[in-house]
Amino acid sequence: MIRFLLLFTAFFAAQTAFASDNFLGVPRFKGVKPVFNSNYESSCGECHFAYFPGLLPGRSWKKLMDPKALEDHFGENAELEEPDRLEVLNFLVRNAADQSHYKRSVKIARSLRDGSTPLRITEVPYIKRKHSEIPAKMIKGNKKVRSLSNCLKCHTQAKEKGIFDEDTVSIPGYREWDD
Amino acid sequence: MRTLWAAVLILGFASPAMAENIIPEMLKTYEAAGASHFDAKAGSALWHKKYAAPENAESPKPRSCQACHGVDLTKSGAHIRTGKVIEPMALSVNPQRFSEAKKMRKWFRRNCKWVMGRVCTAQEKGDILTYLQQQ
Ligand code: HEC
Ligand code: HEC
Ligand code: HEC
Repeated sequence: MIRFLLLFTAFFAAQTAFASDNFLGVPRFKGVKPVFNSNYESSCGECHFAYFPGLLPGRSWKKLMDPKALEDHFGENAELEEPDRLEVLNFLVRNAADQSHYKRSVKIARSLRDGSTPLRITEVPYIKRKHSEIPAKMIKGNKKVRSLSNCLKCHTQAKEKGIFDEDTVSIPGYREWDD
Repeated sequence: MRTLWAAVLILGFASPAMAENIIPEMLKTYEAAGASHFDAKAGSALWHKKYAAPENAESPKPRSCQACHGVDLTKSGAHIRTGKVIEPMALSVNPQRFSEAKKMRKWFRRNCKWVMGRVCTAQEKGDILTYLQQQ
């Protein structure tokens, strides 16, 4: 009976926690947490948009933010002065996918339960799977997109809201995506 | 309280960004590091010079400052890999340029190492800024 009561309270607590995810009718934990940090924006947002921390687990950010790794960041130099590197790293790890309750982050973290440490969001199994049906001509062969890494080209509400759902997708140069 | 915050926000964001180029101050720090007689011609030569890409590079194309900043400095460039737009470098059309020391230090370091395979000397940075200042 006590066990049942405990379970029941736990269940109830979880329920209320999720109930409060609704704010004015808008589910708050839908996409990826849209967090901003001005140091992160200026340190990592000038060659590509600053990817939300909730798109990779903390261990991936740690690997990407290693000083040596930053010197050869996918063939580019993304070096930072040490205080900035540490501040950005801390921001990323604190808000990483494995620390988040947001739906997409939870799914990203879950798809990496094998403990692997991808350096690319586009190599996360969950993200790969979600895009596996899009023909190459709409991504690589599409001058307006160039690469799957350019999330914002197709996900029109990702930048402000961290929303990646199908309803807000629009592939440049192609009619509304519906499959 | 809310009005106070509104006032703070308005004062903080609505005033036009008063960016001012700090090239003169930067040149002084380069002089303090031993450089002198900055020369726009030498800066232009560095800016336009093409350097061989390292052997393990994804693309064998020679590298130069123009690769991302474009041939015409009064027009936008684009990052050679990601395609992200880079605002014009010329102060004449983009007065926001060269207004933050930390940003300049960061990008001189990244870009010199990527293009030339080494950091730029104080003299080289001074020459390049002297050239860019006139655009
Ligand atoms: C000098 C330019 C530059 C800077 C600065 C930079 N990046 Fe990148 N980043 C790139 C390039 C180029 C790629 C590869 C893009 C591609 O393959 O299409 C990339 C890719 C990435 C990816 C993988 C995207 C994918 O394909 O899933 C992540 C994550 C990333 N960067 C994070 C960062 C972080 C964090 C910082 C700040 C420390 C940073 N970047 C700063 C150029 C840069
Ligand atoms: C070429 C356009 C394009 C690019 C670039 C792109 N996506 Fe997508 N994405 C789509 C489409 C289309 C779908 C819907 C696929 C489907 O029909 O199920 C999708 C689906 C998703 C989903 C699942 C949404 C859902 O409702 O299940 C996530 C999460 C996502 N993308 C994240 C990303 C991230 C992160 C990036 C950048 C690393 C990215 N996408 C880049 C087009 C794109
Ligand atoms: C691989 C692409 C790339 C190359 C090549 C490149 N840059 Fe840049 N540069 C950038 C990006 C991206 C920025 C930051 C975005 C911005 O300032 O609009 C930048 C910014 C700068 C800045 C800071 C400007 C400011 O307003 O503070 C300077 C200085 C600079 N670059 C100099 C150079 C020099 C000198 C070279 C050649 C040795 C060069 N760049 C080559 C991509 C590049």
